[in-house]
Amino acid sequence: MSVTVHLPAVLAKLADGRRALDAPGATVGQVVAHLAALYPDLAPRLRDESGRPYEFVTFYLNDEDIRLDGGFDAPVSDGDEITIVPAIAGG
Amino acid sequence: MTATVPHGPRPAPCRDDASGAAGRHPALDNEEILRYSRHLILPEVGVEGQRALKAASVLLVGAGGLGSPLGLYLAAAGVGRIGLVDFDTVDLTNLQRQVLYGTRDVGRSKLASARDRLSDLNPHVALETYDTRLTSANALEILRDYDLVIDGTDNFPTRYLVNDACVLLGTPNVYGSIFRFEGQASVFATREGPCYRCLFREPPPPGLVPSCAEGGVLGVLPGLVGVIQATEAVKLILGAGESLIGRLLLIDALGMQFRTLRLRRDPACPACGTRELQELIDYEAFCGIPSAEQAGHDVPEISPVELASRLGRPDPFALIDVREPHEWEIARLPGARLIPLDTVGERLDEFPRDQEVVLYCKGGTRSARAARELLEAGFERVVSLAGGITRWSEDVDPSVPRY
Repeated sequence: MSVTVHLPAVLAKLADGRRALDAPGATVGQVVAHLAALYPDLAPRLRDESGRPYEFVTFYLNDEDIRLDGGFDAPVSDGDEITIVPAIAGG
Repeated sequence: MTATVPHGPRPAPCRDDASGAAGRHPALDNEEILRYSRHLILPEVGVEGQRALKAASVLLVGAGGLGSPLGLYLAAAGVGRIGLVDFDTVDLTNLQRQVLYGTRDVGRSKLASARDRLSDLNPHVALETYDTRLTSANALEILRDYDLVIDGTDNFPTRYLVNDACVLLGTPNVYGSIFRFEGQASVFATREGPCYRCLFREPPPPGLVPSCAEGGVLGVLPGLVGVIQATEAVKLILGAGESLIGRLLLIDALGMQFRTLRLRRDPACPACGTRELQELIDYEAFCGIPSAEQAGHDVPEISPVELASRLGRPDPFALIDVREPHEWEIARLPGARLIPLDTVGERLDEFPRDQEVVLYCKGGTRSARAARELLEAGFERVVSLAGGITRWSEDVDPSVPRY
Protein backbone atom coordinates (compact mmCIF):
# COMPACT_ATOMS: atom_id res chain seq x y z
CA MET A 1 0.00 0.00 0.00
CA SER A 2 1.51 3.35 -0.96
CA VAL A 3 0.12 6.81 -0.33
CA THR A 4 1.34 10.29 -1.20
CA VAL A 5 2.07 12.67 1.66
CA HIS A 6 1.97 16.42 1.01
CA LEU A 7 4.19 18.52 3.24
CA PRO A 8 4.00 22.30 3.67
CA ALA A 9 7.24 24.13 2.82
CA VAL A 10 8.04 24.68 6.49
CA LEU A 11 8.19 20.90 7.07
CA ALA A 12 9.56 19.99 3.63
CA LYS A 13 12.91 21.55 4.54
CA LEU A 14 13.23 18.80 7.18
CA ALA A 15 12.63 16.14 4.49
CA ASP A 16 15.35 17.05 1.98
CA GLY A 17 13.11 19.79 0.60
CA ARG A 18 10.55 17.34 -0.77
CA ARG A 19 6.97 18.64 -0.89
CA ALA A 20 5.41 15.29 -1.81
CA LEU A 21 6.59 11.88 -0.66
CA ASP A 22 5.36 8.36 -1.35
CA ALA A 23 5.29 6.17 1.72
CA PRO A 24 3.98 2.69 2.60
CA GLY A 25 1.60 1.80 5.42
CA ALA A 26 -1.87 0.43 6.17
CA THR A 27 -2.90 3.30 8.45
CA VAL A 28 -2.09 7.01 8.64
CA GLY A 29 -0.05 6.26 11.77
CA GLN A 30 2.07 3.68 9.95
CA VAL A 31 2.74 6.11 7.11
CA VAL A 32 3.73 8.80 9.61
CA ALA A 33 6.00 6.33 11.46
CA HIS A 34 7.68 5.44 8.16
CA LEU A 35 8.39 9.12 7.42
CA ALA A 36 9.57 9.71 10.98
CA ALA A 37 12.10 6.88 10.63
CA LEU A 38 13.24 8.15 7.24
CA TYR A 39 13.62 11.78 8.34
CA PRO A 40 14.57 12.01 12.03
CA ASP A 41 14.51 15.84 12.00
CA LEU A 42 10.94 15.78 10.71
CA ALA A 43 9.76 13.22 13.28
CA PRO A 44 9.23 15.55 16.28
CA ARG A 45 7.20 17.93 14.09
CA LEU A 46 4.74 15.17 13.09
CA ARG A 47 3.91 13.47 16.39
CA ASP A 48 4.81 13.59 20.07
CA GLU A 49 7.33 11.36 21.83
CA SER A 50 4.76 8.64 22.42
CA GLY A 51 3.78 8.64 18.76
CA ARG A 52 0.46 10.46 19.15
CA PRO A 53 -0.63 13.32 16.90
CA TYR A 54 -0.38 16.89 18.17
CA GLU A 55 -3.43 19.12 18.56
CA PHE A 56 -1.74 21.84 16.46
CA VAL A 57 -0.88 19.71 13.41
CA THR A 58 -3.88 18.49 11.45
CA PHE A 59 -3.69 15.46 9.16
CA TYR A 60 -6.05 15.14 6.24
CA LEU A 61 -6.66 11.82 4.53
CA ASN A 62 -7.73 12.91 1.08
CA ASP A 63 -10.05 15.79 2.04
CA GLU A 64 -11.09 14.65 5.54
CA ASP A 65 -9.62 15.47 8.95
CA ILE A 66 -8.46 12.10 10.38
CA ARG A 67 -9.34 13.11 13.96
CA LEU A 68 -13.00 12.59 13.17
CA ASP A 69 -12.21 9.28 11.48
CA GLY A 70 -10.03 7.22 13.83
CA GLY A 71 -6.98 9.45 14.08
CA PHE A 72 -3.68 7.72 13.30
CA ASP A 73 -5.62 4.41 13.15
CA ALA A 74 -7.53 5.59 10.07
CA PRO A 75 -6.92 2.99 7.33
CA VAL A 76 -5.40 4.13 4.04
CA SER A 77 -5.83 2.72 0.54
CA ASP A 78 -3.44 2.66 -2.37
CA GLY A 79 -3.28 6.07 -4.03
CA ASP A 80 -4.68 8.00 -1.05
CA GLU A 81 -3.29 11.43 -0.28
CA ILE A 82 -2.33 12.68 3.16
CA THR A 83 -1.98 16.43 3.64
CA ILE A 84 -0.26 17.78 6.73
CA VAL A 85 -1.46 21.19 7.92
CA PRO A 86 0.47 22.83 10.77
CA ALA A 87 -0.88 25.82 12.68
CA ILE A 88 0.57 29.13 11.50
CA ALA A 89 -0.24 32.52 12.97
CA GLY A 90 1.35 35.21 10.81
CA GLY A 91 -0.68 38.14 9.60
CA MET B 1 -12.03 54.36 21.52
CA THR B 2 -14.94 56.05 19.77
CA ALA B 3 -18.28 54.58 18.95
CA THR B 4 -20.09 57.34 17.17
CA VAL B 5 -22.43 55.30 15.03
CA PRO B 6 -25.61 54.28 16.80
CA HIS B 7 -26.52 50.66 16.41
CA GLY B 8 -29.91 49.17 17.01
CA PRO B 9 -30.74 45.61 16.07
CA ARG B 10 -28.00 44.32 13.80
CA PRO B 11 -28.84 44.18 10.10
CA ALA B 12 -28.62 40.62 8.86
CA PRO B 13 -25.26 40.06 7.20
CA CYS B 14 -26.98 38.25 4.37
CA ARG B 15 -29.84 39.41 2.24
CA ASP B 16 -32.84 37.34 3.11
CA ASP B 17 -35.26 38.67 0.57
CA ALA B 18 -34.95 41.65 -1.71
CA SER B 19 -38.01 43.58 -0.57
CA GLY B 20 -37.28 43.20 3.13
CA ALA B 21 -33.67 44.17 2.63
CA ALA B 22 -34.59 47.23 0.63
CA GLY B 23 -36.71 48.44 3.49
CA ARG B 24 -33.87 48.33 6.01
CA HIS B 25 -30.87 49.23 3.95
CA PRO B 26 -29.79 52.84 3.42
CA ALA B 27 -30.24 54.44 0.01
CA LEU B 28 -27.37 55.39 -2.33
CA ASP B 29 -26.87 58.98 -3.46
CA ASN B 30 -25.85 59.86 -7.03
CA GLU B 31 -22.17 60.04 -6.20
CA GLU B 32 -22.32 56.56 -4.69
CA ILE B 33 -24.23 55.20 -7.68
CA LEU B 34 -21.42 56.42 -9.94
CA ARG B 35 -18.66 55.26 -7.57
CA TYR B 36 -20.06 51.74 -7.32
CA SER B 37 -21.22 51.46 -10.93
CA ARG B 38 -19.11 48.33 -11.65
CA HIS B 39 -20.86 46.64 -8.74
CA LEU B 40 -24.30 47.92 -9.63
CA ILE B 41 -24.15 46.44 -13.13
CA LEU B 42 -23.25 43.02 -11.70
CA PRO B 43 -26.56 41.20 -11.22
CA GLU B 44 -25.09 39.36 -8.20
CA VAL B 45 -24.55 42.69 -6.45
CA GLY B 46 -26.85 45.30 -7.98
CA VAL B 47 -28.43 48.15 -6.06
CA GLU B 48 -29.71 45.83 -3.34
CA GLY B 49 -26.31 44.25 -2.78
CA GLN B 50 -24.57 47.60 -2.68
CA ARG B 51 -27.10 48.83 -0.12
CA ALA B 52 -26.45 45.68 1.93
CA LEU B 53 -22.73 46.49 1.83
CA LYS B 54 -23.50 50.03 2.98
CA ALA B 55 -25.60 48.69 5.84
CA ALA B 56 -22.90 46.23 6.92
CA SER B 57 -20.27 46.60 9.61
CA VAL B 58 -16.96 44.72 9.60
CA LEU B 59 -14.28 44.67 12.28
CA LEU B 60 -10.66 44.12 11.25
CA VAL B 61 -8.57 42.77 14.10
CA GLY B 62 -5.04 43.75 13.15
CA ALA B 63 -4.08 46.46 10.67
CA GLY B 64 -0.91 44.81 9.37
CA GLY B 65 -0.14 42.58 6.41
CA LEU B 66 -3.62 41.07 6.13
CA GLY B 67 -5.40 44.15 7.48
CA SER B 68 -3.91 46.36 4.76
CA PRO B 69 -5.55 44.81 1.69
CA LEU B 70 -8.64 44.07 3.79
CA GLY B 71 -9.05 47.71 4.77
CA LEU B 72 -8.40 48.99 1.27
CA TYR B 73 -10.73 46.60 -0.57
CA LEU B 74 -13.56 46.66 1.96
CA ALA B 75 -13.51 50.48 2.05
CA ALA B 76 -13.37 50.60 -1.74
CA ALA B 77 -16.26 48.13 -1.94
CA GLY B 78 -18.40 50.45 0.15
CA VAL B 79 -18.78 48.53 3.42
CA GLY B 80 -20.64 51.10 5.49
CA ARG B 81 -18.82 50.81 8.78
CA ILE B 82 -15.30 49.46 9.27
CA GLY B 83 -13.67 49.04 12.66
CA LEU B 84 -9.91 48.63 13.08
CA VAL B 85 -8.17 47.26 16.15
CA ASP B 86 -4.40 47.81 16.44
CA PHE B 87 -1.95 49.38 18.88
CA ASP B 88 1.17 49.60 16.73
CA THR B 89 3.02 52.36 14.94
CA VAL B 90 4.17 52.07 11.34
CA ASP B 91 7.71 50.69 11.10
CA LEU B 92 9.96 50.77 8.04
CA THR B 93 9.97 46.95 7.94
CA ASN B 94 6.15 47.00 7.57
CA LEU B 95 6.21 48.70 4.17
CA GLN B 96 7.41 45.60 2.25
CA ARG B 97 3.85 44.21 2.61
CA GLN B 98 1.54 46.56 4.55
CA VAL B 99 0.32 48.51 1.54
CA LEU B 100 -2.07 50.62 3.59
CA TYR B 101 0.90 52.75 4.68
CA GLY B 102 3.52 54.91 2.99
CA THR B 103 7.01 56.02 3.83
CA ARG B 104 5.64 59.28 5.24
CA ASP B 105 3.69 57.24 7.84
CA VAL B 106 6.78 55.65 9.44
CA GLY B 107 6.62 56.39 13.17
CA ARG B 108 2.92 57.36 13.05
CA SER B 109 0.17 55.34 14.63
CA LYS B 110 -1.20 52.71 12.25
CA LEU B 111 -4.77 53.68 13.05
CA ALA B 112 -4.25 57.40 12.30
CA SER B 113 -2.45 56.50 9.06
CA ALA B 114 -5.15 54.00 8.10
CA ARG B 115 -7.87 56.55 8.81
CA ASP B 116 -6.22 59.07 6.46
CA ARG B 117 -5.79 56.56 3.66
CA LEU B 118 -9.19 54.87 3.93
CA SER B 119 -11.21 58.08 4.31
CA ASP B 120 -9.46 59.41 1.19
CA LEU B 121 -10.24 56.17 -0.65
CA ASN B 122 -13.91 56.28 0.33
CA PRO B 123 -15.35 59.13 2.44
CA HIS B 124 -18.69 57.29 2.66
CA VAL B 125 -17.24 54.71 5.04
CA ALA B 126 -17.68 55.28 8.79
CA LEU B 127 -14.35 54.33 10.37
CA GLU B 128 -14.03 53.37 14.00
CA THR B 129 -10.62 52.86 15.50
CA TYR B 130 -9.69 50.99 18.66
CA ASP B 131 -6.15 51.89 19.69
CA THR B 132 -5.68 48.92 21.99
CA ARG B 133 -4.55 45.33 22.18
CA LEU B 134 -7.58 43.03 21.94
CA THR B 135 -7.90 41.26 25.30
CA SER B 136 -10.33 39.00 27.12
CA ALA B 137 -11.49 42.10 28.99
CA ASN B 138 -12.43 44.20 25.94
CA ALA B 139 -13.05 41.72 23.10
CA LEU B 140 -16.77 41.06 23.58
CA GLU B 141 -17.48 44.75 24.03
CA ILE B 142 -15.66 45.68 20.81
CA LEU B 143 -16.79 42.74 18.66
CA ARG B 144 -20.47 42.84 19.56
CA ASP B 145 -21.06 45.96 17.48
CA TYR B 146 -20.14 44.25 14.20
CA ASP B 147 -21.81 41.92 11.71
CA LEU B 148 -18.54 40.28 10.71
CA VAL B 149 -15.10 39.97 12.25
CA ILE B 150 -11.94 39.43 10.21
CA ASP B 151 -8.93 37.86 11.87
CA GLY B 152 -5.77 39.53 10.60
CA THR B 153 -3.74 39.09 13.77
CA ASP B 154 -0.20 37.77 13.97
CA ASN B 155 -0.17 35.54 17.06
CA PHE B 156 -1.87 32.47 18.49
CA PRO B 157 -3.34 33.96 21.69
CA THR B 158 -5.25 36.64 19.76
CA ARG B 159 -6.43 34.12 17.17
CA TYR B 160 -7.99 31.91 19.86
CA LEU B 161 -9.41 35.01 21.56
CA VAL B 162 -11.03 36.26 18.33
CA ASN B 163 -12.39 32.78 17.63
CA ASP B 164 -13.91 32.25 21.05
CA ALA B 165 -15.40 35.74 21.19
CA CYS B 166 -16.97 35.20 17.74
CA VAL B 167 -18.43 31.82 18.80
CA LEU B 168 -19.87 33.33 21.99
CA LEU B 169 -21.39 36.25 20.08
CA GLY B 170 -22.49 34.21 17.05
CA THR B 171 -20.51 36.49 14.74
CA PRO B 172 -18.81 34.96 11.68
CA ASN B 173 -15.00 35.05 11.81
CA VAL B 174 -13.24 35.34 8.45
CA TYR B 175 -9.90 33.66 9.08
CA GLY B 176 -6.59 34.11 7.29
CA SER B 177 -3.07 33.23 8.34
CA ILE B 178 0.31 33.38 6.62
CA PHE B 179 3.87 32.15 6.98
CA ARG B 180 6.75 32.56 4.51
CA PHE B 181 5.16 31.45 1.22
CA GLU B 182 2.02 29.75 2.49
CA GLY B 183 -1.37 30.77 3.74
CA GLN B 184 -4.65 29.42 5.12
CA ALA B 185 -8.14 30.85 4.91
CA SER B 186 -11.61 29.83 6.07
CA VAL B 187 -14.80 31.18 7.61
CA PHE B 188 -15.42 30.17 11.22
CA ALA B 189 -18.08 30.56 13.89
CA THR B 190 -21.18 30.58 11.71
CA ARG B 191 -24.34 29.00 13.08
CA GLU B 192 -23.70 25.56 11.56
CA GLY B 193 -20.02 25.64 10.68
CA PRO B 194 -16.79 24.75 12.48
CA CYS B 195 -14.51 27.15 14.34
CA TYR B 196 -10.76 27.68 14.65
CA ARG B 197 -10.60 25.22 17.55
CA CYS B 198 -12.12 22.53 15.30
CA LEU B 199 -9.09 23.00 13.03
CA PHE B 200 -6.44 23.30 15.75
CA ARG B 201 -7.65 22.22 19.18
CA GLU B 202 -4.58 23.67 20.87
CA PRO B 203 -1.80 26.06 19.89
CA PRO B 204 1.77 24.88 19.39
CA PRO B 205 4.13 25.48 22.31
CA PRO B 206 5.79 28.92 22.19
CA GLY B 207 8.86 29.05 20.00
CA LEU B 208 8.00 26.02 17.85
CA VAL B 209 6.40 28.05 15.06
CA PRO B 210 8.45 31.16 14.27
CA SER B 211 6.64 34.47 13.73
CA CYS B 212 6.93 36.32 10.41
CA ALA B 213 9.44 38.65 12.15
CA GLU B 214 11.64 35.62 12.81
CA GLY B 215 10.85 33.43 9.81
CA GLY B 216 10.14 36.00 7.12
CA VAL B 217 7.16 36.33 4.79
CA LEU B 218 6.88 36.99 1.07
CA GLY B 219 5.57 40.56 0.80
CA VAL B 220 2.78 39.77 -1.66
CA LEU B 221 1.49 36.79 0.37
CA PRO B 222 -0.62 38.81 2.85
CA GLY B 223 -2.00 40.59 -0.23
CA LEU B 224 -3.08 37.28 -1.70
CA VAL B 225 -4.59 35.93 1.53
CA GLY B 226 -6.08 39.25 2.71
CA VAL B 227 -7.86 39.68 -0.60
CA ILE B 228 -9.30 36.16 -0.24
CA GLN B 229 -10.60 37.16 3.22
CA ALA B 230 -12.06 40.38 1.78
CA THR B 231 -13.75 38.37 -0.96
CA GLU B 232 -15.31 36.03 1.61
CA ALA B 233 -16.49 38.98 3.70
CA VAL B 234 -18.16 40.65 0.71
CA LYS B 235 -19.80 37.34 -0.29
CA LEU B 236 -21.16 36.82 3.23
CA ILE B 237 -22.65 40.32 3.22
CA LEU B 238 -24.18 39.79 -0.20
CA GLY B 239 -25.27 36.24 0.55
CA ALA B 240 -23.68 35.34 -2.78
CA GLY B 241 -21.71 32.34 -3.99
CA GLU B 242 -20.17 29.47 -2.07
CA SER B 243 -18.51 30.56 1.15
CA LEU B 244 -15.44 28.95 2.72
CA ILE B 245 -17.64 27.86 5.65
CA GLY B 246 -16.70 24.21 6.27
CA ARG B 247 -13.69 24.39 4.00
CA LEU B 248 -10.04 25.18 4.65
CA LEU B 249 -8.24 26.85 1.74
CA LEU B 250 -4.49 26.19 1.61
CA ILE B 251 -2.50 28.66 -0.46
CA ASP B 252 1.00 27.77 -1.65
CA ALA B 253 2.52 30.78 -3.40
CA LEU B 254 5.76 29.02 -4.40
CA GLY B 255 4.04 26.08 -6.07
CA MET B 256 1.11 28.40 -6.91
CA GLN B 257 -1.32 25.74 -5.83
CA PHE B 258 -4.61 26.21 -4.06
CA ARG B 259 -6.25 23.27 -2.26
CA THR B 260 -9.46 23.12 -0.29
CA LEU B 261 -9.95 20.54 2.44
CA ARG B 262 -13.18 19.73 4.21
CA LEU B 263 -13.52 21.15 7.68
CA ARG B 264 -16.21 19.74 9.95
CA ARG B 265 -17.43 20.91 13.31
CA ASP B 266 -15.74 18.84 15.99
CA PRO B 267 -18.49 17.55 18.32
CA ALA B 268 -15.93 17.66 21.15
CA CYS B 269 -14.93 21.29 20.42
CA PRO B 270 -15.29 23.17 23.72
CA ALA B 271 -16.28 26.37 21.89
CA CYS B 272 -18.75 25.42 19.16
CA GLY B 273 -19.30 21.70 19.88
CA THR B 274 -20.03 21.04 23.55
CA ARG B 275 -20.25 24.80 24.23
CA GLU B 276 -18.65 24.26 27.63
CA LEU B 277 -16.62 27.39 26.97
CA GLN B 278 -18.99 30.04 28.29
CA GLU B 279 -16.59 32.94 28.76
CA LEU B 280 -13.25 34.17 27.50
CA ILE B 281 -10.14 32.74 29.18
CA ASP B 282 -6.50 33.77 29.72
CA TYR B 283 -5.19 33.22 26.19
CA GLU B 284 -1.54 33.93 27.01
CA ALA B 285 -1.67 31.12 29.57
CA PHE B 286 -3.60 28.87 27.14
CA CYS B 287 -0.79 29.36 24.63
CA GLY B 288 1.86 28.61 27.26
CA ILE B 289 3.35 32.08 27.12
CA PRO B 290 5.06 32.96 30.42
CA SER B 291 4.01 36.20 32.05
CA ALA B 292 6.39 39.16 32.07
CA GLU B 293 7.70 38.29 35.54
CA GLN B 294 8.35 34.65 34.61
CA ALA B 295 9.97 35.42 31.26
CA GLY B 296 13.73 35.72 31.43
CA HIS B 297 13.92 34.21 34.91
CA ASP B 298 15.11 30.85 33.66
CA VAL B 299 17.91 32.16 31.43
CA PRO B 300 20.57 34.70 32.49
CA GLU B 301 20.68 37.76 30.23
CA ILE B 302 23.16 40.49 29.45
CA SER B 303 22.17 43.90 28.07
CA PRO B 304 23.85 45.22 24.92
CA VAL B 305 25.38 48.15 26.83
CA GLU B 306 26.85 45.77 29.41
CA LEU B 307 28.22 43.49 26.71
CA ALA B 308 29.80 46.47 24.90
CA SER B 309 31.59 47.51 28.10
CA ARG B 310 33.03 44.00 28.41
CA LEU B 311 34.43 43.92 24.88
CA GLY B 312 37.52 45.90 25.87
CA ARG B 313 38.23 43.91 29.05
CA PRO B 314 40.64 40.99 29.30
CA ASP B 315 38.04 38.54 30.69
CA PRO B 316 37.45 36.44 27.55
CA PHE B 317 34.15 35.01 26.44
CA ALA B 318 32.85 33.23 23.36
CA LEU B 319 30.30 35.20 21.34
CA ILE B 320 27.99 32.84 19.44
CA ASP B 321 25.40 33.87 16.87
CA VAL B 322 22.51 31.35 16.76
CA ARG B 323 20.67 32.85 13.78
CA GLU B 324 20.48 31.38 10.26
CA PRO B 325 23.30 31.81 7.70
CA HIS B 326 21.21 34.19 5.55
CA GLU B 327 20.73 36.46 8.56
CA TRP B 328 24.47 36.32 9.31
CA GLU B 329 24.95 37.72 5.77
CA ILE B 330 22.76 40.74 6.61
CA ALA B 331 24.54 41.82 9.81
CA ARG B 332 26.65 40.33 12.59
CA LEU B 333 28.54 41.36 15.70
CA PRO B 334 32.35 41.62 15.56
CA GLY B 335 34.17 38.54 16.84
CA ALA B 336 31.08 36.31 16.70
CA ARG B 337 30.87 32.75 15.40
CA LEU B 338 27.79 31.28 13.73
CA ILE B 339 26.12 28.17 15.17
CA PRO B 340 22.43 28.22 14.11
CA LEU B 341 19.93 27.24 16.81
CA ASP B 342 18.84 24.07 14.96
CA THR B 343 22.41 22.76 15.05
CA VAL B 344 23.28 23.63 18.67
CA GLY B 345 22.41 20.14 19.93
CA GLU B 346 24.78 18.37 17.56
CA ARG B 347 27.61 20.93 17.89
CA LEU B 348 27.89 21.10 21.69
CA ASP B 349 31.62 20.30 21.48
CA GLU B 350 32.19 23.62 19.67
CA PHE B 351 31.10 25.61 22.73
CA PRO B 352 33.92 26.26 25.24
CA ARG B 353 33.38 24.98 28.77
CA ASP B 354 36.22 27.03 30.26
CA GLN B 355 34.81 30.41 29.15
CA GLU B 356 31.57 32.23 29.45
CA VAL B 357 29.31 31.76 26.40
CA VAL B 358 27.37 34.82 25.20
CA LEU B 359 24.58 33.94 22.75
CA TYR B 360 22.68 36.30 20.50
CA CYS B 361 20.04 36.22 17.78
CA LYS B 362 17.83 38.86 16.15
CA GLY B 363 15.56 39.69 19.09
CA GLY B 364 16.57 37.47 22.01
CA THR B 365 14.07 34.59 21.70
CA ARG B 366 16.23 32.05 19.89
CA SER B 367 19.33 32.87 21.96
CA ALA B 368 17.30 32.25 25.14
CA ARG B 369 16.28 28.84 23.77
CA ALA B 370 19.90 28.05 22.89
CA ALA B 371 20.98 29.18 26.38
CA ARG B 372 18.42 26.87 27.95
CA GLU B 373 19.69 24.00 25.79
CA LEU B 374 23.31 24.64 26.87
CA LEU B 375 22.35 24.96 30.53
CA GLU B 376 20.50 21.66 30.32
CA ALA B 377 23.60 20.12 28.68
CA GLY B 378 25.66 21.08 31.73
CA PHE B 379 27.24 24.37 30.64
CA GLU B 380 27.45 26.68 33.63
CA ARG B 381 28.34 30.13 32.32
CA VAL B 382 25.83 30.96 29.60
CA VAL B 383 24.07 34.28 28.96
CA SER B 384 21.69 35.48 26.26
CA LEU B 385 21.92 38.98 24.76
CA ALA B 386 18.70 40.74 25.74
CA GLY B 387 16.91 42.19 22.69
CA GLY B 388 19.42 40.58 20.33
CA ILE B 389 21.29 42.29 17.52
CA THR B 390 18.31 44.62 17.06
CA ARG B 391 18.76 46.20 20.47
CA TRP B 392 22.53 46.18 19.99
CA SER B 393 21.95 48.39 16.94
CA GLU B 394 19.60 50.66 18.88
CA ASP B 395 21.62 50.98 22.09
CA VAL B 396 25.26 50.48 21.11
CA ASP B 397 26.13 50.63 17.42
CA PRO B 398 23.63 52.04 14.89
CA SER B 399 26.02 51.16 12.04
CA VAL B 400 24.83 47.56 12.47
CA PRO B 401 21.73 47.44 10.24
CA ARG B 402 18.39 46.42 11.75
CA TYR B 403 16.25 44.09 9.69
